[in-house]
Amino acid sequence: MIVILAGTMAGILTRLLLLKLDYRQYPGYPHGYISHFSLGAIASALGAVAVPALMNKDFTAFTFLALAAQQFREIRNIERQTLENLEETRLEKRGKDYIEGIARTFEARNYLVMGTAFITSIAAMLAGIWGAAAMALILILFSKTFMAGKNIGDICEVVPAQVHFKNSLLCVNEIDFMSVGLPEMRQKIQHEALGVMIKPKNDNARATLHDLGQRMAITHTVALVMGSKKEVDIPEFTPLARKNPDTGEIALYIMPVEKDMTSLIMAVQRTPLLESARVKPLKTQAGRIAAD
Amino acid sequence: MGEEAKGILAVIMTDKNKVTGAVPIFIADSEEEKEKTALILAKSLDAMVHDLENGVYFIVGH
Repeated sequence: MIVILAGTMAGILTRLLLLKLDYRQYPGYPHGYISHFSLGAIASALGAVAVPALMNKDFTAFTFLALAAQQFREIRNIERQTLENLEETRLEKRGKDYIEGIARTFEARNYLVMGTAFITSIAAMLAGIWGAAAMALILILFSKTFMAGKNIGDICEVVPAQVHFKNSLLCVNEIDFMSVGLPEMRQKIQHEALGVMIKPKNDNARATLHDLGQRMAITHTVALVMGSKKEVDIPEFTPLARKNPDTGEIALYIMPVEKDMTSLIMAVQRTPLLESARVKPLKTQAGRIAAD
Repeated sequence: MGEEAKGILAVIMTDKNKVTGAVPIFIADSEEEKEKTALILAKSLDAMVHDLENGVYFIVGH
């Protein structure tokens, strides 16, 4: 009984710690918390129960784990559908890549919880309650650090940039964005817009920023954190991220509600790096030769 | 939002020799009128005003 309890508690604790509201701003509502918490609890119970069952040579217990995996895959679909439906009424889209990333994370976290519960149960069986506690601590730390994912700030440098106009063309530093026709609009943008340059630290980062989904994730996060003046009938204020085709640097333009450069830089830096956007050309020989 | 028309929705200018074609064309008498027309059109169409920098404004749904 202690074995099962220890495993389940460790699993639930892991899920709780991973369920904090972060820059993804999701799930941002109580029912989302409850559904993910309960699934996490079920996952940990399943992982924990498997150990005593195996000890009794009840090997069919493993089929239950397979059943659980099936359920978690379903979670991914549900999350994806929910987010895609919400996307339609958003002014600053998350983008499909971001949604896929969130859905995958929710699925993977359940496996993580199940694994934590399973291993903690084994520890409880072999080394008693203190052994289990130590193992749970190690596993939770592992989940917190290794599964946290990277941010834009880890692979790029974010520096302030100047928003200005070349006649009617809106530019951030040397990168052209769009033509803004109305002089009043230009004046407002000139006064209230903020811009930053996102400079990739190496070729891997450059390839990642090339991904449109990653750029959408950045503009979405920034608009969410800083507020955006965009409205349905003011497409001029849409936050945009455009690439300098020669250097691979990305310029970001936004009309924030809170005009604060420090917070803008921080928001860009903390944008999660999407798994689907992460590519590593430098891991290949051809990529390394090209980088010279 | 969603299914809006894309492409040039209207053209506004003071010099009527600059544009012909199958687009709604609005001819203004002055720069002020041009800007005002462009603004009202853009608001009604949820679209954006661009400037060709030769005296022609055009409105594009994005």
